[in-house]
Amino acid sequence: MIDILFYVFAALALGGAMGVVAGRSPVASLLFMVLCLGSVAGIYVLLEAHFLAAVQVIVYAGAIMVLFLFVIMLLNLGHNYHPDLKAGLWSALSFAVAGALFGFLGRQLWGNRTMTPEAGDSVDALVAQYGAVGAIARPLYTEWVVPFEITGILLLVAIVGALVLAKQRV
Amino acid sequence: MSGLSPGVFLVTSAVKVVAVFSVLMVAVAYTTLAERRVSAWIQDRMGPNRVGPFGLLQPIADGIKNFLKEETLPGTSTKLFFVLGPMLAIVPALVTFAVVPFAAPLPTPWGTVPMIVADVPIGILYIMALSSLGVYGIVLGGWASNNKYSFLGALRASAQMVSYEVALGLSLVTVLMLTGNVTLTQVVFEQQHLGLWFVLPLSLGFILFVISAFAETNRLPFDMPEAESELVTGYHTEYSSMKFSMFFIAEYAHVITQSALMATLFLGGWDIPFWHGDDAFYFQGQWIQGFDAAGTPVLATLAWWKTLLTLGAFVLKTSLFVLVYIWVRWTLPRFRYDQVMQLGWKIMLPTALAYLMLIAGTILVLDEISVPFGLTYGLILTVVSMIGTVVFTFWLDRDRVISGASPSARWPLPQSMPSVDVPQLSETDPSQAAVGAGGN
Repeated sequence: MIDILFYVFAALALGGAMGVVAGRSPVASLLFMVLCLGSVAGIYVLLEAHFLAAVQVIVYAGAIMVLFLFVIMLLNLGHNYHPDLKAGLWSALSFAVAGALFGFLGRQLWGNRTMTPEAGDSVDALVAQYGAVGAIARPLYTEWVVPFEITGILLLVAIVGALVLAKQRV
Repeated sequence: MSGLSPGVFLVTSAVKVVAVFSVLMVAVAYTTLAERRVSAWIQDRMGPNRVGPFGLLQPIADGIKNFLKEETLPGTSTKLFFVLGPMLAIVPALVTFAVVPFAAPLPTPWGTVPMIVADVPIGILYIMALSSLGVYGIVLGGWASNNKYSFLGALRASAQMVSYEVALGLSLVTVLMLTGNVTLTQVVFEQQHLGLWFVLPLSLGFILFVISAFAETNRLPFDMPEAESELVTGYHTEYSSMKFSMFFIAEYAHVITQSALMATLFLGGWDIPFWHGDDAFYFQGQWIQGFDAAGTPVLATLAWWKTLLTLGAFVLKTSLFVLVYIWVRWTLPRFRYDQVMQLGWKIMLPTALAYLMLIAGTILVLDEISVPFGLTYGLILTVVSMIGTVVFTFWLDRDRVISGASPSARWPLPQSMPSVDVPQLSETDPSQAAVGAGGN
């Protein structure tokens, strides 16, 4: 049952990802992206990582996608994208970045194909002790607090940048 | 979960899903009737009273009417998204109810059945996730209609929901801090354990939650997305028949779910006040009523009549909030759009943040000086919250923070106002009287 569901969600996620790239209208692409992100949340549920699934939906499918809708509808609707896509240098650059990304992923997968979880408390024990949220929040705010805060600053920079851009257009 | 065998779990879950869904749909139908009857009562009219005794069959007549109406599909709309919109609106509204516990657990010969459709370990986060998806239906519907009014309504809806979701989430965090977990069953149990409903220890959180919940459900005074007078009912202008009806069902299902949430988070859920006989919580493999002085669990005594009584309490509390929703809708005028945004970002968000810090600090101090989690604990929090509430309500003065509809000192009127001739209506004009008596 779980295997079947996994393949369903995986197919939906991959199909959604293809749809984002292949879709002609930006709104269709966005909906495909929501489908993709939602399917990933479904896979998290199958892994019993309920908290991650909820956060995935809240953060990506919920908040960010709404803002995406805003941007596309208010700023770019009717804009012709094809000149952007045909620029030679940019496509070469994007191919290079995508290739590098796939290279890293492939290296990870091929390097240690037998994935064994690190020794330590099992997830079930952690969830039983701290609850579904605590099991994630505890390491996040103790061991990994510096990367976490730096990510926060990154988001702040993005917000300030968005404000600057928005102010220019008025 | 809950020590049921897989077969029993499957059967009881299926029964609960069907029962909750049917009850929710019937409740939605009768909330529309209640809305019309209460609005009539508030406006000194009769309201619908022709179909069946007291108009009780009116929702059925409305349902049949909606099924039989012509289904329009505007020629300039984006067809797929136009059809998808109402579906995306109704699904999150209906499935949110799955994590709300609605009664004390029911003992059966096959094991104790918890009265909740799905006690997922992430409880409230599930609700937050789904409510953030609810906006897609409205945005898609409004955009696909290819109508500028619908589009404006859709954009307003998304802006408003994004703005108020922040305050909603932050006011929820206070509840989660006091509970120590995110499951709604534990929220109910901790209120029984504390001996106080969270509406008292977290009074300002309750006020913020109610305001944000009104904004999230797009109800007056926050019904900017469908403002009839400006946007010709906004995002669902182009919809007819059952597609329109689905938007409507979604709105009322949201109202009921939010009311159930307010009842669960702040009014003790299915808890019956001043009586600990109904307390029950699944703790380490058994149903417990609470902890004795030494901290050992006391087993709960469950009975079918307790389930029934607590179900009644839950329905009563939920209907109370549904009534408040209706009451507010027919009492308050609509905000201006800039007022909605100012209230959301300049008042709700800072207040929710400050209140969060206040409650977190108080809880920290209480834990540090080791006050036991009980009535004293709750009363100290009540006093702190009361101070916060009083400060908030006095500070939230109309003209100081949100500019009212009347021109204030900041925007003085020009010295010479042009005089406008207003045509006078004769007081005995029958056509005017008929217009006044119509509507709804």
